[in-house]
This record gives sequence, C-alpha cells and structure tokens, in this order.
Amino acid sequence: MVPPPRLELFRRVARLGDGHVSTSKDLFEARVLALLAPLHGVARRLTKNDADAEDLVAESISRAWRARDSLADGAAFRPWMFRILNNTFISECRKASARPREELLVEEREDEQRFSIFERLHRPVLLWFATPEQEFLDSLLRDDLDRALAALPEHYRLVVVLADVEGLTYGEIAATLDVPVGTVRSRLARARSALQRALWSVAQEHGLRRPNASGA
Amino acid sequence: MAGDSDMGCEEALKRLLELIDGELSDGDQNAVERHLRTCRSCFSRMEFERRLKDRLSALATDEVPATLRGRIHDLIKGF
Repeated sequence: MVPPPRLELFRRVARLGDGHVSTSKDLFEARVLALLAPLHGVARRLTKNDADAEDLVAESISRAWRARDSLADGAAFRPWMFRILNNTFISECRKASARPREELLVEEREDEQRFSIFERLHRPVLLWFATPEQEFLDSLLRDDLDRALAALPEHYRLVVVLADVEGLTYGEIAATLDVPVGTVRSRLARARSALQRALWSVAQEHGLRRPNASGA
Repeated sequence: MAGDSDMGCEEALKRLLELIDGELSDGDQNAVERHLRTCRSCFSRMEFERRLKDRLSALATDEVPATLRGRIHDLIKGF
C-alpha cells in the first residue's frame, strides 16, 4: 500500500536528526508543522468545535515543547504528539466542554454482537450487478460520515479517527493511548461496529429500505 | 495457524479488518488472501469494508486554518 503523501512528508521530517531528539526549535517546528493537519483533524473530531480544536492543538504543542526531552526516538514523534493531544483533551478541554448530546449518540455496548451493514444488505444472488451494500456506500455523503463519527462515544471515535481517518498503525495507536496492541484491536473492532450502527441510523433517516427476499 | 490447510470463512472474517489494516502476520495474510481468492461472499465483504475504510480515509484533510498556522508559528517562536 502506498502511504499517503502527508505521511511520507512526516516520515521524511521525522528522519531529521538520528538518535536522541535534538532540542532545536527548528527541528521541533518542522516536525510539528508536518503533523499540524492531522493534529488539527483529530482535535476537531474530539472537540467538535473549531475554536476549541485550535486551542487544544496550541496547548498540546506547548506541552510537547516542555516535555521534549521525554521523547527518546524522533521516529516516534507522531504517536507521542497524539498522546499529548489526547491527554490534554482529557485534562483540559473535556471538562470545559459541555456539548449537548448528539441526536444519534451510539451507546457503548461491550457485550453486544457486532453490527454489520454488509450482513444486513448483502444478497448473494445480486453479485453480478450493483449490490445493495455497494450502493449504500455510494449514497453516503461526507456529511453522513461526519455525523456518524460525531455520534460515537469519545474513546470509540478517537480510535476510529486515528486508525481509519489518519492511518496510524496499531502500534502507534497503542503508544498514543498507552494501552496494549490487543486492546487497540478489540476497541477498534467495537468502535467500527458502533460506527456502522450509526451509519445505518443515518441511512434510515434518508429512507433506505432493506431489500425484500426477491432483492427488489 | 495458517499451515497447509485452507482457512474457512469464520476464521477469514475474524481477520478481515486486520488484513485491510495491514496488521496481519505474513502467514495469516497469505491464508486469508488464499481464502478470498475462492470465496465470493468473503471477498464481497472484504471489498465493502475496504471501501468504507477508504471513505473514512478521504475525510482527512491537509488544510489547516490560516489562523492556526500563524498562531502555532508565533507560539513556537516564543519558546
């Protein structure tokens, strides 16, 4: 898989300065600027508010500068910086934020069977034509995806955003959240199930009907 | 796990998302891909999950508000 251009840029910047991270401001700034778009993207998804997202990013970068000596390996800058962002959100922004619950808020149900849009729509007899599940994806608007993500509980939303929107590896997400990789794997599975449940609700709002037995 | 025996649908589906995420061991990846070459249902499922992930990936943006970029520049300058 070809890494996206933004990730390649970040990796090139991360390779500046081998071994112990230099405390040079220029190097720090280069790394931060290479990561600024995804940092802002994740901050925006956490805070659901433009002003709060900018404040969160700025505060996180300040904290990162103060803690720069704690980063031993420059190649780990990305998960280290996301971890600081998440911790800053937890300690600062969450308590200041009192957003009303989204209409589609998906409850966290750990013991529930996985929700699958594919299983609800797929009909093998239609394999050679446009399939209901592919048409479902084709009909999804960007706004539908944004709403479904916003409806997730915070820790589900974060892991899906890190994995599927920003493309972090399981190892990077584990470092970001300070949890084992196994926890990332299971939480991501539950989060994706919750996301599909939220997308299904969105589709039902649009009048999507399940095909009947004949496929009509 | 993979060995020489073919992987069934249940085992393949358990590993589908990790396959799409690029997080499977070589052995498991080969076993799942072998299964997907012969099972239309699982292949369709993989295509759906992969396309959904692609739609989510497309939500990422390289745009940063000009106000934020300027703010961060000034912030770091003041360190």
